[in-house]
Amino acid sequence: MKSIFTVAKKEFRDGLRNRWVLSICVIFAVLAVGIAYFGAAAAGKVGFTSLSTTIVSLASLAVFIIPLIALMLAYDGIVGEDESGTLLLLMTYPLTRWQLLLGKMLGQGAVMAFSTTVGFGSSALMIGAFSSNTSWQDLLGPYSVFILSAVLLGWVFIAIAYVISASVSEKSKAAGIALIVWFIFVLVFDLGLLGVLVTTQGDVNATLFPYLLLLNPTDIFRLVNISYFAEQNLSGLMAIAQQTDFNLQSLLLGMLVWLFLPMGLAMHIFNRRGL
Amino acid sequence: MSIVELKQVEKKYQNVHALHALDLSLNSGEVFGLFGHNGAGKTTVIKLILGLIEASGGQISVFGENPTHASAQQIRSKLGFLQENVSFYDHLTGLEVLEYFAELKGIAKKQCADLLAQVGLTLASKRRVRTYSKGMRQRLGLAQALLGKPKLLLLDEPTVGLDPIATREFYQSIDQLKKEGCSVVLCSHVLPGVEKYIDRALILGKGQQLAAGSIKELREQADLPATLQLHGVSTECIKEQLVKSTAPPQLAGLQKNIHSNSDGSVSLDVAMADRMDGIRYLSQLTQLQNLDVHLPSLEDLYGHFIANHLSHIGKPEVAL
Repeated sequence: MKSIFTVAKKEFRDGLRNRWVLSICVIFAVLAVGIAYFGAAAAGKVGFTSLSTTIVSLASLAVFIIPLIALMLAYDGIVGEDESGTLLLLMTYPLTRWQLLLGKMLGQGAVMAFSTTVGFGSSALMIGAFSSNTSWQDLLGPYSVFILSAVLLGWVFIAIAYVISASVSEKSKAAGIALIVWFIFVLVFDLGLLGVLVTTQGDVNATLFPYLLLLNPTDIFRLVNISYFAEQNLSGLMAIAQQTDFNLQSLLLGMLVWLFLPMGLAMHIFNRRGL
Repeated sequence: MSIVELKQVEKKYQNVHALHALDLSLNSGEVFGLFGHNGAGKTTVIKLILGLIEASGGQISVFGENPTHASAQQIRSKLGFLQENVSFYDHLTGLEVLEYFAELKGIAKKQCADLLAQVGLTLASKRRVRTYSKGMRQRLGLAQALLGKPKLLLLDEPTVGLDPIATREFYQSIDQLKKEGCSVVLCSHVLPGVEKYIDRALILGKGQQLAAGSIKELREQADLPATLQLHGVSTECIKEQLVKSTAPPQLAGLQKNIHSNSDGSVSLDVAMADRMDGIRYLSQLTQLQNLDVHLPSLEDLYGHFIANHLSHIGKPEVAL
């Protein structure tokens, strides 16, 4: 157990040193504060908009950025150590492969969790401090759910990055595959589902269709956040999903499944990886 | 008791037979040299001893355990390993890197500063590793390998990138560890100077054991001549001396073994067994100013065994 925390501590320190923590905090803070304050600029006014609009807008943008950051943070987790020779060295220490992988997950997961909380939390602080029509109490629930789901989404993509990292022999290849995976999850998947809907002119099993969204963690993340703001006018797949009775717990459970499955797969591939 | 024991160990990778029936034993406090061309199987042997890969056949025991078994995890804290060209973590300082490895090994961090001093990195200990030269990284790697005073040290090309003084200091550290009972397996391409620090050597070629034993035993196996280097005498003078009736019979006919050197000295190759007779007889030359005796070096022995092996398998070029 101590080895896991040693690896996690080193990964977190590495994240601080190579400016990942700072960069993610700044990106998320700028994004969150910008959306919270300038969210209604298109309507010709500036100032804090309603909390639901802010969160849903934030979720729509975060769903693109969080997976990308998580993949870039962790794509070289295994293959990078292998290329630099430290993986071979680490495996001669009293440290098993699962301890190394879990330690990395904890460390890089902490980088993601800390940056997400500080980055997005800063907009909550701003709204709480400067918005006249939102109280601290109003903020607590929605922001907690948003930040929790954002952290989970980050962890899911860190786990996916480890699957990629354990499967390839070159860092550059891992980076390329990570970008493809990001592209599939945030763009291609939803377009594919919409394409099915349009092609079949809606003649698909209406009960089953929303459940297909659970096959994509970014869609679960969006569902988590819209489940809080059902009055929002949603479009596309989210509008379909809004009709179903997904509750917050089952959606968060879905994200946990999405976390553990890739971690298990990464472990399996890593165990079979030659040194 | 043997610290490491390999019995008829084989390793096959898909289409490559990396190691053929290798026997090896390493005793406590022994320094063992492992030499061979690129792809000879040296790193495979090290990985097998470390338990990083499984043997395709034969038996391996390290501290009495099979190193690939889960139960052998605890023996890893008794091991030290350094591989060639390890990069470490660029964003961490040398001290932080060493403390990380110390913590993984369950060793007190206070040892790290002493080890960094031992390898001459005290002044650079708070600098990030990305600013280190290749030699400094190698020294950091050495400090890492020496963490916790290992009982078994496996070093793969440990002196690559080290300057001559650092190389000498490294071998002095090895000598010190040896006195403390540490066993060392040393793989190196840099052969000059290594022989005085190793107790026994194993020369590998294409995964096969070509020769094994102490330097003395290897010299006997190779049967290479010793070289007598004479200063102050000419080639003709030596030739005349060798054809005299007073010359020992075993030195007769050695005229063809005389070579002139660029520094004006003359060398004569003599069979190892005859070298003392040669020294005694040639010492009588009145013009002689100095006489050096060069026994076959590890490099000569290595070259001999590799060349022999390659000629046996019908490959003319020598990959040293």
